[in-house]
Amino acid sequence: MMRVLLLALRRLAASLPTLFVLLAGLFLLLQLAPGDTVDALVAQIGGGDPRMIEELRQYYGLDVSVAVQLGRYVWRLLQLDLGFSAIYGKPVSEVILERLPATLLLMGSALSFAFAAGMALGVLAARRVNRWPDTLISTLGLVFYATPSFWFGLMGIVIFAVKLGWLPAGGLEEIGAGYTGLRRVADIAWHLLLPTLTLALIFLATYLRIMRASMLEVMNLDFVRTARAKGLSPRRVITGHVLRNALLPMVTLVGLQAGTMLGGSVVVESVFALPGLGRLAYEAVVQRDLNTLLGIVFVSALLVILINFIVDLLYARLDPRIVT
Amino acid sequence: MRTLLSIEGLTVALPPGADRPHALEEVSLELKANEILCIVGESGSGKSMMAGAVLGLLPEGVRATAGKILLEGENLLTLSDADMRRIRGARIGIIFQEPMTALNPLRTIGDQIAEMFRIHTNLNRAEIARRVTTLLKDVHLPDPEGVQRAYPHELSGGQRQRAMIAMALALEPRVLIADEPTTALDVTTQAQILKLIRELQERKGTAVLFITHDFGVVAEIADRVAVMQRGRLVEVGSAEDVLDRPEHPYTKALIAAVPPLAPPPPQDVAAEPILRIEHVSKTYRKGGLIARSRRVTHAVQDVSLNLPRGGTLGIVGESGSGKSTLARCIVRLLDPDSGSICLGDTDLAALSRRAMREQTRHIQMVFQDPFASLNPRRRAGELVAQGPIIHGEPPARALAKAKEMFALVGLDPDATERYPHEFSGGQRQRIGLARALALEPQVLVADEPVSALDVSVQAQVLRLLADLRSRLGLSMVFITHDLRVAAQICDRIAVMQGGVVVEEGWTAEVFGAPRHSYTQALLASVPGRDWVPPVQADALLAVS
Amino acid sequence: MDALKRLVRSPTAIVGLFLLLLVVGMALIAPVLFQKDPLGLAGRPLQWPFTNARFWLGTDTTGRDIAAQVFHGARVSLLIGIVATLLAVTIGVVIGAIAGYYGGIVDDVLMRITEAFQTLPNFLLLLVLVAVFGSDIKTVTIAIGLVSWPAAARLTRAEFLSLRSREFVQACRTLGMRDLQIIFREILPNALPPVIVYASVIMAVAILLESALAFLNLSDPNIPSWGNLIGAGRSVLRTQWYVSAIPGMAILLTVLSVSLVGQGLNDALNPRLRRR
Repeated sequence: MMRVLLLALRRLAASLPTLFVLLAGLFLLLQLAPGDTVDALVAQIGGGDPRMIEELRQYYGLDVSVAVQLGRYVWRLLQLDLGFSAIYGKPVSEVILERLPATLLLMGSALSFAFAAGMALGVLAARRVNRWPDTLISTLGLVFYATPSFWFGLMGIVIFAVKLGWLPAGGLEEIGAGYTGLRRVADIAWHLLLPTLTLALIFLATYLRIMRASMLEVMNLDFVRTARAKGLSPRRVITGHVLRNALLPMVTLVGLQAGTMLGGSVVVESVFALPGLGRLAYEAVVQRDLNTLLGIVFVSALLVILINFIVDLLYARLDPRIVT
Repeated sequence: MRTLLSIEGLTVALPPGADRPHALEEVSLELKANEILCIVGESGSGKSMMAGAVLGLLPEGVRATAGKILLEGENLLTLSDADMRRIRGARIGIIFQEPMTALNPLRTIGDQIAEMFRIHTNLNRAEIARRVTTLLKDVHLPDPEGVQRAYPHELSGGQRQRAMIAMALALEPRVLIADEPTTALDVTTQAQILKLIRELQERKGTAVLFITHDFGVVAEIADRVAVMQRGRLVEVGSAEDVLDRPEHPYTKALIAAVPPLAPPPPQDVAAEPILRIEHVSKTYRKGGLIARSRRVTHAVQDVSLNLPRGGTLGIVGESGSGKSTLARCIVRLLDPDSGSICLGDTDLAALSRRAMREQTRHIQMVFQDPFASLNPRRRAGELVAQGPIIHGEPPARALAKAKEMFALVGLDPDATERYPHEFSGGQRQRIGLARALALEPQVLVADEPVSALDVSVQAQVLRLLADLRSRLGLSMVFITHDLRVAAQICDRIAVMQGGVVVEEGWTAEVFGAPRHSYTQALLASVPGRDWVPPVQADALLAVS
Repeated sequence: MDALKRLVRSPTAIVGLFLLLLVVGMALIAPVLFQKDPLGLAGRPLQWPFTNARFWLGTDTTGRDIAAQVFHGARVSLLIGIVATLLAVTIGVVIGAIAGYYGGIVDDVLMRITEAFQTLPNFLLLLVLVAVFGSDIKTVTIAIGLVSWPAAARLTRAEFLSLRSREFVQACRTLGMRDLQIIFREILPNALPPVIVYASVIMAVAILLESALAFLNLSDPNIPSWGNLIGAGRSVLRTQWYVSAIPGMAILLTVLSVSLVGQGLNDALNPRLRRR
């Protein structure tokens, strides 16, 4: 177990330079953007005189060279100081921290659902390969994959919220209802049902396709022939020998897709008016709040790295070959 | 002797679109208690289908259409799936060819052997654990407790094959099928595994159906032999009869193609070397920047060898001995860490990559795998013409030369328009040879050029090599793991072990009076070393 | 050629090609069928489909013809999809090929860059790029291409890693062939089939990315994009849901057709896998 942890920690350490290269690149990229925080602020308050603008620039540290700004920026990041959001009037870290739980909740539930359902459907399709259950599942997967998630969300709202009235149309919870404890948990779950399905859809399609392919691949390997030659029943061949081997690419995929899933939550949170990180990113772009946008990018990258760290640990638990 | 397994008129049909309608045609065979019956044949002879048919594990689309398979009187072909499962493992055990892939990589050895007991018996856990330990002791695995907890990747190929054997014999089946169980192993490991199978068979009285392509292995282990050709059984008899007095022309041809272990009389070779390898070393470093995770392998250590002009230098050794690394250093596919490789007056090891590209015309390589060594997307003629074109020949002239080369290596010059997949394995190896010879090199480095070929094709390619050598005055470095092949084609032999040349000398000396203990062990491990294949003039004609 | 024959025999590919031809047909016929500016005012707003013969798919909130926007939208989606895919595949193949062939430090550096791109959620990066460089159609297309290449690079690299140790590549080196010739003339043709199949995935994702961007009102507002129309329909979702529903169907069909063709290509190029 120690060696697994060591391995994962080494991977983690290797991703830190990547992170800082990425942030430096993004910071420089943002320098190319026409207008800065002060311009946005001034535009928001409806103009101001040059002296005030100059003072504001000084206040936000925008009056020095790009290199110095970058240096200061990286130094602040090292102290986990993400700067100040002029639009929200408070530290970026505070803004992000407020929005993080909703996104984590959404991502976690969508990921669990997509993984479980994708795995089950993939196994089902592989066991009935080229027969009707397989054709049905595979076709469904392709259709899911081709559906734009925001559109699926909108149609879900039309059907389940507007026409049938079964589910809420948006929001994280009933504002002003003042629920507490379990009642509140149930309420949030109620609100997250449709967003979770929406976000999970595309990933479900991917997982089921990979699981099916991976099952078929493993079923052709020599050790499965050995298992059958031992006299194991088809069911026990699958559960005892195929399944765990077939899961390995799925686990890898979770790590690879963590970023894509965060990106997907931008759209889904916008559709369902969820107060999450994705929606914050969208607002930051619209309001040209570059400090906040950079902060979100930083936190997202951290999140992706963290997910990959967990995935590495999980993978090493599943595959004894990884440690040696 | 009592008959345990009896195959009567078995016909196995291949799916439509295969190269022939039947994998097996009217095969009748009896396996008696307490004997080892070898089924021998070349690739495509249907010998492995036999194992699948007996176990009821044929590939999808392949079915037994006629005949019976009687296990102690019970016809296996009429049994239900559930009944068949009770027979697999319990009454018929099987060992497969690839020890690397035949075990589940994610479960421990002990767990996988214990599974046999869990499926077929009601023994409790303690009893199962006890039996697994005994089994692992029986197959002479060191530290049976440790091996039980080990995962397959933590064992060597030979150890895994021992674990496979332990698993196959766990329930003491009356019949054991061994499907090329030693083909993927090194020669010394092979000798140990063959000995183990023989020992366990004798102790437990198991009947063994041993499938192989190697007549040396047959000579080593068989009580009786059955020879297969394209799905038909052509000859069955006692090992002695079939090996020394074959009757069917196909058997005669196969046996005539087996290279004898005794080297032929030496030929005159110039003393002056054309290629001098001096103090060459190559070390692989694996792993990242962190010192602890680095792994260092000394693949080749301080090797010095001479290739006489017009002669053939054989480099023999087992996997991991560094022989292939050395070959790749000679042609600069790998850059040696130190030492010099002098072709005439040029030190190839000291050349820049650009200068080396210029020199490639003088030293060429032939590869092992006839399927991987030709770009599948280029026509055969193009492949051969590529070399001359790179070195400045006009394309039209180079293509004409490719046709000449095709004729030289015994291929139809009109076949230059075809793609590699339209040729057989032996023909592809000839294309590879033509490609190397098109540059008219002084030295040819051949890396296991006949290892992937069936024995009869192997004999043809070896004869072609010998013929070309005398006609073109080629000097050749010949890498092989097969001592029989080495004995027939090499003037000098260098034996490598763990990156070091342990012995070097004239072939007759090395084979006749090996000095180093490792060479002695290698020679003692060659399967069927005491058997001298009978020479039959008419059979040689039948092969070519 | 065998692959082509297998392609036209695969039912998946046939359905996909049929749908794709349909979308391409829509794109080609759009300027003939709807000669006026699809974004111009055409009639009374919010007419339901099939109620007015002039606007058989109805009109949106500002009285624009939905059918005209859907047909013209096909041009935009296909164009963005194809250009962004070409860009992503080109970058990915070059980086992947060089990293996979040379290995060592070159590979380390290139893969670190690729990882950096993959660590960043691609839609978020797209937002940043659009925020910085603006949102006209050219910028959006290039930005989509720029965020889509890492997977293609990884795939190409993996292919090159396995191919470069194959003996035919070593044979080329022993013949004295130059690296660039080996990479692009000898290895690449063998590495390309899975990349071509993957290109269909990139194209599908590119079309989805653009529509999502347009839905959020961050794409070019001056072109008839399906995503724009869906976004415009949001304000009347509770009553006139068809404004959003119709362009969504168009996206679904287009992406589905691309995926199906990709799947068919995969079956045709890897016949071994299909028989299982």
